[in-house]
Amino acid sequence: MKVDDLLGHPSAWLDSRGETGVVVSSRVRLARNLRDAAFPGWAGEEECERLWKELQPTLSGLSALSPSFALPMGDLDPVDRQILFERHLVSREHAEKGRGSGLVASRDERIAVMVNEEDHLRLQAMRPGFDLRGTWATVDAVDSELERSVRYAFSPRMGYLTACPTNVGTGMRASVMLHLPGLVLMGEMNPIVKGVGKIGLAVRGLWGEGTEAVGNMFQVSNQISLGDAEPDIIGGLEQVVREIVEHEKNARARLLEKREAMLRDHVGRALGILANAHILPSKEALDLLSGLRLGLDVGILETPGREVIDRLMLVTQPAHLQKTEGRRLKPRDRDLARANLIRTALIGRPKQP
Amino acid sequence: MLCDHCHEAEATVHLTQVVDGSVKKLHLCETCAAKSGFDLQGPISITDILLGLGGAMGAAPEVEEKACPRCHLRRTDFKKTGRLGCPDCYDAFAGELVPLIKAMHRKDQHAGKVPSREGARTRLNAEVAALQKRLDQAVEGEDYEEAARLRDELQRCRQRAASGDEGAGRS
Repeated sequence: MKVDDLLGHPSAWLDSRGETGVVVSSRVRLARNLRDAAFPGWAGEEECERLWKELQPTLSGLSALSPSFALPMGDLDPVDRQILFERHLVSREHAEKGRGSGLVASRDERIAVMVNEEDHLRLQAMRPGFDLRGTWATVDAVDSELERSVRYAFSPRMGYLTACPTNVGTGMRASVMLHLPGLVLMGEMNPIVKGVGKIGLAVRGLWGEGTEAVGNMFQVSNQISLGDAEPDIIGGLEQVVREIVEHEKNARARLLEKREAMLRDHVGRALGILANAHILPSKEALDLLSGLRLGLDVGILETPGREVIDRLMLVTQPAHLQKTEGRRLKPRDRDLARANLIRTALIGRPKQP
Repeated sequence: MLCDHCHEAEATVHLTQVVDGSVKKLHLCETCAAKSGFDLQGPISITDILLGLGGAMGAAPEVEEKACPRCHLRRTDFKKTGRLGCPDCYDAFAGELVPLIKAMHRKDQHAGKVPSREGARTRLNAEVAALQKRLDQAVEGEDYEEAARLRDELQRCRQRAASGDEGAGRS
């Protein structure tokens, strides 16, 4: 199995075959460590390599992941690593790891296990739409199957022990990806980010920690991992997400009612630029594609379908773009290729206008 | 208020530290604070504050720096990366870590999933903690019927924990 084999399918986090809308996808990850080994950051490459060799066959043998694929990070070129990151299969940090780190994932990409990221094991389940409970059930089952073969570092008081004390306890981070163009257009995002922060949740950008909210995509996740049972943490997050979704729907309704011309202009300009531009940087493309997604959701646009927009959001990312073009591209050439790809998808015109 | 250090300039930096259970306050002027290693412009990490690792403060170097007996990670290593070295570090640095963890998570008792091989007692303890929490919530919400039910369940659970009977523990 090569990274290229992933490209023919939609990514699990952006799969419009599922019921998506304001909530793009749901994700739950569990941090786990082995009792008898130093954490990856302190263990050194030799030890990590030994652990990867020991863990990889165990993970590949899990029935919950079957059929699966395994990739040692040290064997991958920079574009392949970036592909995995763009598909949310590995973290940015993990994409930069070398020998001793790896990924084992199910072929449908709904379950991914990072080996020797910050912790020995990061188990992740991901699915389109708003389904945190189903996602938790999936990753819980992987964890329960795995714990029959490995001895986890666990203390009755502190729970699952992790390299960073911010993850200790359940080791769980549950998150949802939200598309919130209505709130952004109404200028109502800041109070939400602040309010959510006060109740122990975090709002991040599209690509996780320390990233900007491009394409009006926001990740909301729990910060507190110790002291509550997993279903309770998920319940708290669900409630807040439902509220944010209501706010977003409300903002869209107000836009339609009171600022319809502005909303139509926003969507129309997005379509106009995407259909005609020849140079499109990644952020601009995502922001404009978000405009199309909004236009579709509120009924201003009928085409292109959500699946076209969601596919473009993924395949216009730098590494996916280079795979599609079949060669390494400088940022400037990527902007040309990106514009070309989007133009062709939207108006079906050949390469040169 | 004058600076505790130079006794000349106005103190504008106020620090409160808990050292060995007693609260210590320190008032410094900006110059002395900067000299002591506080970067006032940069973000101050919660780890640094809670571990009392704010730069060169307190200039009394420990004679022998505390290290984890198993993996030999030192306190300063943790300060540098914010990451621990091995599972045993949680015991080795419990004195500093428990308050830090409590400040981060607002709690210091796990109440979630327990690995099945961790044994019945641990699972029951976790169950007791979870039930206690739900009971507190029920009382707070004045749902006394639910509270009474949870109280009985908690009692049964405690009895099982005491008798070492695994019973119907959570999976």
